Amino acid sequence: MARTRAIVITGNGTNCETEAAHACRLGGFDEAVIAHIAEIISGEITLDDFHFLNLTGGFLDGDDLGSAKAQANRLKHAVVAGTGERLVAQFSRFIAAGKLILGVCNGFQLMVKMGMLPGFDGDHLTQSVTLTHNDCGRFQDRWSYLKVDPDSPSIYTRGIDKGIYLPVRHGEGKFVCDSEGTLERIRRERLAPLCYSDGEYTTRAMEFPLNPNGSQEAIAGLCDPTGRIMGLMPHPEAFVHYTQHPRWTRESLPVEGDGLILFRNAADYVKKHLL
Amino acid sequence: MAHRIEIALKNSVRDARGERVKREIDNFLHLVVSRVRTIDVYTVDAALSWEELEQAAAGPLCDPVIQERSIDLPLAAEFDWAVEIGFRPGVTDNVGRTAREAVEYLTARPFQPGEGVSTAVQYLLSGLLTHEEVERITTGLLCNTLIQRFTILSAAEFEAQGGFPAAVPRVAENVGATDRSPVQEIDLEVPDAELLRISRAGVLALVLEEMKIIQDHYRDPQVRAARATMGLGHKPTDVELECLAQTWSEHCKHKIFSGTVQYEDEEGNRQEIKSLFKSFIQRTTKDVREKLGERDFCLSVFKDNAGVIRFNDDWSLVFKVETHNSPSALDPYGGALTGIVGVNRDPFGTGKGARLIFNTDVFCFADPFYDKALPSRLLHPRRIYEGVVEGVEHGGNKSGIPTVNGSLVFDERFCGKPLVFCGTAGIMPATINGEPSHDKSILPGDIIVMTGGRIGKDGIHGATFSSEELNENSPVTAVQIGDPITQKRMFDFLIRARDKGLYRFITDNGAGGLSSSIGEMCGEVGGCRLDLALAPLKYPGLNPWEILISEAQERMSLAVQPENLPEFLGMAQRFGVEATVLGEFTDSGYFHILYHDRTVAWLPVAFMHEGLPPLQLPAKWTPPKQEEVEVEVKESYTDDLLKLLGALNICSKESVVRRYDHEVQGGSVVKPFMGVANDGPSDAAVIRPILDSFEGVVVAHGICPRYSDLDAYHMAANAVDEALRNYVAVGGSLELVAGLDNFCWCDPVLSEKSPDGAYKMAQLVRANQALYDVCMEYNLPLISGKDSMKNDFYDGAVKISIPPTLLFSVIGKIEDSRTCVTMDVKRPGDLVYLLGSTAAELGGSEYFALLGGVGNGVPVVDPPRAYGRYGAYHRAVLAGSVASCHDLSDGGLAVAAAESAFAGGFGITLDLSSVPWQGESSGRNDATLLFSESASRHLVTVHPEKREEFQRIMSGHSLAMVGVVTERAELVITGVNGVTVVKAGLAELKEAWQKTLREL
Repeated sequence: MARTRAIVITGNGTNCETEAAHACRLGGFDEAVIAHIAEIISGEITLDDFHFLNLTGGFLDGDDLGSAKAQANRLKHAVVAGTGERLVAQFSRFIAAGKLILGVCNGFQLMVKMGMLPGFDGDHLTQSVTLTHNDCGRFQDRWSYLKVDPDSPSIYTRGIDKGIYLPVRHGEGKFVCDSEGTLERIRRERLAPLCYSDGEYTTRAMEFPLNPNGSQEAIAGLCDPTGRIMGLMPHPEAFVHYTQHPRWTRESLPVEGDGLILFRNAADYVKKHLL
Repeated sequence: MAHRIEIALKNSVRDARGERVKREIDNFLHLVVSRVRTIDVYTVDAALSWEELEQAAAGPLCDPVIQERSIDLPLAAEFDWAVEIGFRPGVTDNVGRTAREAVEYLTARPFQPGEGVSTAVQYLLSGLLTHEEVERITTGLLCNTLIQRFTILSAAEFEAQGGFPAAVPRVAENVGATDRSPVQEIDLEVPDAELLRISRAGVLALVLEEMKIIQDHYRDPQVRAARATMGLGHKPTDVELECLAQTWSEHCKHKIFSGTVQYEDEEGNRQEIKSLFKSFIQRTTKDVREKLGERDFCLSVFKDNAGVIRFNDDWSLVFKVETHNSPSALDPYGGALTGIVGVNRDPFGTGKGARLIFNTDVFCFADPFYDKALPSRLLHPRRIYEGVVEGVEHGGNKSGIPTVNGSLVFDERFCGKPLVFCGTAGIMPATINGEPSHDKSILPGDIIVMTGGRIGKDGIHGATFSSEELNENSPVTAVQIGDPITQKRMFDFLIRARDKGLYRFITDNGAGGLSSSIGEMCGEVGGCRLDLALAPLKYPGLNPWEILISEAQERMSLAVQPENLPEFLGMAQRFGVEATVLGEFTDSGYFHILYHDRTVAWLPVAFMHEGLPPLQLPAKWTPPKQEEVEVEVKESYTDDLLKLLGALNICSKESVVRRYDHEVQGGSVVKPFMGVANDGPSDAAVIRPILDSFEGVVVAHGICPRYSDLDAYHMAANAVDEALRNYVAVGGSLELVAGLDNFCWCDPVLSEKSPDGAYKMAQLVRANQALYDVCMEYNLPLISGKDSMKNDFYDGAVKISIPPTLLFSVIGKIEDSRTCVTMDVKRPGDLVYLLGSTAAELGGSEYFALLGGVGNGVPVVDPPRAYGRYGAYHRAVLAGSVASCHDLSDGGLAVAAAESAFAGGFGITLDLSSVPWQGESSGRNDATLLFSESASRHLVTVHPEKREEFQRIMSGHSLAMVGVVTERAELVITGVNGVTVVKAGLAELKEAWQKTLREL
């Protein structure tokens, strides 16, 4: 039987590659390869060989030009050695093949700044939303309640009951749209599968600290209309086992953490549709 | 010609950076400003077409959703004053470097030499301010004039000259511009006074005796003959003299710890101690290891950049803690950032290299709300606080290493020098390619390769300058600015090169730069031949001696087998990491340095490393007698408890801790804050470095500088005990735990500048004695450490010396992370136990500090009894009979009970009459039972059904049941006379604890 293959890109300041790959394996992928961007630009590794691409957390290029800006520029302009092909063409081919991309934190920032999300009308290269400095003006590491939109097309959040609890760890996580039109379309097409909320997952939270960054409409995650491409600021790979929960020594929790469902859904999707 | 690209937030977008500056101006300078906006400025000095400039501005430099851009046209509007701040020439501009790379990707054309991008930030201030006030804002808050430069324009001036000109910071070239040779000879055949002048003027930090040893060396006819064969004269070159100054600096050589001490105690007993380091620190490890026998877990101690211990059959742990005090005093942000990314290189450069798994940091500051006059050279404690916190935040977060443990300690004397301790642990496979990973070697013929950042004037004389007190003339170049991303890229590459076996030896470039790293590597193999002209420079104009000793950051030095060189260099190139061959290692016995093939230094390795005789250090101990503190007998101590909870040394540090990513790498088990609202302060941290295993690493620390006012012996004993009791509290195993010592002292060398040197030296001796005594009982081998001995400020009039401080860190193991215990009470009805007995030991306590004194009666550790109890407690943890555990430290029982209660969201009732007491009953009263800081105590809660099991396991040890966890959300403490002495709601207690530093 064919194997399900996930890839996690690292290099230039990506930090969460180990736990992202671990989450992919726990979620059911047969293989999770950590590839340094240099190995992709040199042509040693190609995205074409994988089903699920993880753009994970970190500080690409130190956030020097604004989070992920320099990497977005690099991916758009770098040429894969020996092929003459721009790296961005590999990404476009990956998307066109109906494969999966999940961006977390810095990876989400990279996706919106490349224009990969929200991906209206199949356009994955034009930026229309951004993630910018938290309203509190500071980096924050704290846990957030995320209310799920059950009607979102996202394949990752399927089966989530009311919501999930995950840590955020960012200084630039405030979600902002370029226009009311963009926001309206995100709303209409249900492209925000996860929003910051109260602890019961009933209402969106607009105030700090429940909404850690001041995001528009408390949006914590965004997907494209196909549901196969998604990004979120909170870290699902950081809660795959109960001992990662901040209250695990006082609450009875299931062994599996809330974040694992995103990776399991990805693996299930690949098995069903891409093998 | 240079062009200015300006990037501003659209008017509708909040400017968080500007708002923060406005807040700071309000809070800090008490000036009224109605608005602050900011603009990013990129000055591009490169041959680009207008179209390319447009593409750069629109693409990588601007976020079109929220920003607007312009080229050579100012965007500033509606302001009264504009201040633009950029870097001084030669200071690392990380953002500028990233912008340059982005433009290179865009144009597919590399920049030419001399081309570059520099960055600046423009602050637009609205408000009725005078020029003088704007200057105060600029130099007081926005600009560190040491590394940055500024221009102030009023709106009218801005209008008149069309904004700011495009200014490029360039380092003036001095090589080639004149006929002056890049290498100077220094005449040491001069009177003693002149020798001292040479040392002072060159920031060599060498004393007369050391200068005379060097003088003698160059008089030796054999030395002269050998030099002649290399084309060198009788006089030392500046390269040689600088190299010796680095190698022999207190910072690198630890002259005080290796000196010979004549110690006299209070009874007049005299003792000669040859090297505190050998007599106490090394001996501790040796004796503990012998005691452990088969159970010894040390793998590499004291000989490498960090200590290495066993984790399990497959993995080894590496740990090191460093200080970066002097640079942080001058440039808090840059100094602290360099502190953390600098200590990262220690475990990374240990053995064949380790993957980094966590950071710790401990900062000692003066009160950030300090409102008295300060000597002119000192920065305000609040500025130091903000800068250090942010520097370590950026260094740690960007490197992807979780910051899991730390403290903030406050004492007014730290305004003379803040202490910035940064620690990093790593993990490495027990063997790599069949060889133990903690061993490494160099063979003659191996190639000297330097990787990572380029060399500039940054950080010149860092090692020697930190070996002196901070004074008016402290050099500006001593400060470096680290770049976590350059280092991260290098580590990503090197860890892969390690696994392929592409190098034989690795070490970091820290203090003293190449002179130190290559000098130490020479000690391993017996010599080297290195050409400084091969070293990659940030800009032209460095003299050879500057290249040799520059502390420019993010560099590792390696010994690469000649046969691996092509593969190593090729891989470096693919990973975008600069790697440069500088020469080769030899067995010549000489540290041989060339510049363009001409010999500029020829130093016998033996002279460099063994040429220095030990310092002679007098030490005389006279126990201080502090004024007694009157303790008033009160009906209620609730107000005192509320005040203590808000005291700087006790209050919540959550506003700082949440700025540090403590969860990256996915192994977080015990976080800095736990409990019902995620805000209870943990005693120690636990992580799982291997994600598919439950074996955990436990890290904790102890630090109690205030007890030095009574006796540095007990200061040190309490620090060791505090570290181990924190470690034990969360469930750390006593079978595998090691210690690290970081001594930060005020100058203990008797001299005109330190007339009380003999007393301070005696304090140092006593702290070392305690370290040995307690670690022996606790089976704690010391695996690494560091000392920083000149933590004084002296401007000729005012001298401020820090309290002698030992930071003691422990690292160890928990077999199964799922057995960890946290400090929050778990459910009503649980029984509250106090482990350990309490004595009249309020000397140096937080309670006495609240009452305005130091007092007498320092806590005395009883190591054998404490260790036995810690062992029993650990068995209770393994049996699953402990619900929560919190250590008692600053503020004693009352503070610990309040913290455990509000962290768990349930009340506690306590009865002071049940508390185990030690000593004369005359000293037993409510205030002492509530606030005494007696060592080795834990507050534990136990489910009622576990009561018998717990008591059985703990039997024979000093403990008592002192209360119960209650549904009612309040802390109620009954005094010895049966009357309620503390009663407060949890919300009130928590608010008192949280509010002090919440807004910082």
